[in-house]
Amino acid sequence: MTIEVRNLVKKFDSFKALDGVDLKVDNGELLALLGPSGSGKTTLLRIIAGLDWPDSGDVAFNGEDALAQGARERHVGFVFQHYALFRHMTVFENVAFGLRVQPRAIRKDESTIRARVTELLDLVQLDWLADRYPSQLSGGQRQRIALARALAIEPRILLLDEPFGALDAKVRKELRRWLRSLHHEINVTSIFVTHDQEEALEVANRVVVMDKGRIEQIGSPDDVYETPATAFVHGFIGESIELPVKIEGGVIRLGDRPLRLAADGLAPGASRLFVRRHDMLVGPPGSGAFEGAVQHVRNFGPVQRAEVALSGGETIEIDAPRDRELRAGDTIGLEPRRYRIFAGA
Amino acid sequence: MTMQIADSVSLSAPDAKVRAHAAAARNSLRTEPRAVRIVIIALAMTFLSVFVVLPLVVVFAQAFSKGILAYLAALTDPEALSAIKLTLVVAAISVGLNLVFGLVAAWAIAKFEFRGKTFLITLIDLPFSVSPVISGLVFVLLFGAQGYFGSWLRDHDIQILFAVPGIALATTFVTFPFVARALIPLMQEQGTQEEEAAISLGASGLQTFFRVTLPNIKWGVLYGVLLCNARAMGEFGAVSVVSGHIRGETNTMPLLVEILYNEYQFVAAFAIASLLAMLALITLIAKTVLEHHLDEGHDASDH
Repeated sequence: MTIEVRNLVKKFDSFKALDGVDLKVDNGELLALLGPSGSGKTTLLRIIAGLDWPDSGDVAFNGEDALAQGARERHVGFVFQHYALFRHMTVFENVAFGLRVQPRAIRKDESTIRARVTELLDLVQLDWLADRYPSQLSGGQRQRIALARALAIEPRILLLDEPFGALDAKVRKELRRWLRSLHHEINVTSIFVTHDQEEALEVANRVVVMDKGRIEQIGSPDDVYETPATAFVHGFIGESIELPVKIEGGVIRLGDRPLRLAADGLAPGASRLFVRRHDMLVGPPGSGAFEGAVQHVRNFGPVQRAEVALSGGETIEIDAPRDRELRAGDTIGLEPRRYRIFAGA
Repeated sequence: MTMQIADSVSLSAPDAKVRAHAAAARNSLRTEPRAVRIVIIALAMTFLSVFVVLPLVVVFAQAFSKGILAYLAALTDPEALSAIKLTLVVAAISVGLNLVFGLVAAWAIAKFEFRGKTFLITLIDLPFSVSPVISGLVFVLLFGAQGYFGSWLRDHDIQILFAVPGIALATTFVTFPFVARALIPLMQEQGTQEEEAAISLGASGLQTFFRVTLPNIKWGVLYGVLLCNARAMGEFGAVSVVSGHIRGETNTMPLLVEILYNEYQFVAAFAIASLLAMLALITLIAKTVLEHHLDEGHDASDH
């Protein structure tokens, strides 16, 4: 099933949750919608599911207008952030729900339903919990039951809202890997929403980065990390150093200090320079584009994180390998191995 | 949740000494001297006995003062039977209506956002804030011979005042808030996610209501119905205004108690009153049971 979203706009009172969103999702893809809270990613997911309606724009499944159908007809599996398991039903009945509410004409008989539910519980490896109630399960177990319940209706599309948001770090990592292999197995077009970049980059085939109701970039995890399209994406994904610079007469300045960086092709005016923390290479004083004094050093496993006051007035944090120990008070030169400059203050 | 945390803390404590310290700390929080504590508890107990237990005892003592046969005779008197029947009918009608109204109102308030919602919430409480006598008078104004619909009703030969419909209407009005009040906070807390989940799984509106919404609020519904029923059977003021006190026809139990009492038929008056008192006791017990279930529901959704 392919999904096509065209020029979607959705307002809540005066707040623009979606501000002209276009998106194409290929068949069998596992797509991540990544963005900070309030970026519109959950609203987009809910509109695709039919739980919300846009003010304008189109949604098509396999080229067919989806907005003409209600959530009930769309055959979309939705996994809610807080799972929304039916609290008065056992795990088994939760998973069976979608099969039991089918119109009489196509409803399966009881033994078929039982077999299907058992099969799904096997798939999420929780068959031993069939008789429990949701309140008796751990967060990770509820998550998997919610997924099994959504899969019971053999959805054409699977949508997951912050699937790992409410779980602790260890369970989260396990479930990520599990979700990816499950997707590989069932191969349903899937979209999940997350505000956790690591999650998006690790699980998804493609990542859609959103901010303020707009799509900032669509690309593979490598694309969005290595070649961020906008300042927002660079700042949001990976740990970035952000410096306000000015481009004047072919020179890039930080404060009033010119930087030894090429300004070819850059528009004059206030801009922002982005460098990954680990892309700042440390050299002797006088080498590199920047110069600064080490203020403070802490060790994080294989790297040392140093706070450096740049001449030019900004203080930044860099991650340097530990082969050359830095000490507070050292004066060092810094050369960005890779950097990007975006126009605008 | 907090209890579990407290438990795990005390379990992980290395020895009994820590626990002893904790107990000492708890005790030192109660700074009142022993005497003060005893006086306060005694005051509360005395107040409760004089104002709650004593009247209850008096009701039953008076009812049985001429023996059990007189008691039974009073209850099987045709007038008494008619009052009991009328009370049951009126309670059934008003509880039924308020169950539907209350569900609809609570649903609308808890699950949708719309203009005038605050106004609606305020309006639901109106019957609680208005004196029941006024509530009764409103219906006299509307349906009485001189009222707005009076002549039309007379032309069509429909009797509302001084008949069962009027009593049922007044009772329904007075007891309207109970079901809605019990359900609104419950439904607001539960939100709409389970309903959304049901619909996305292919359930129709009715299936969603009967399989998801209703089971989730059933204890709240029972709680509201219970209180609504207790008030409907016990309502005096509003019913008194619209009933007309026609003996054997439009007297409910509370009205009959007053009439019999004014006629110095104490045994009969207290016999009927004892039925109302028993209703109160049963309501109290059922209420405690339901509150227990409601609390459990909260705990389950807490995790």
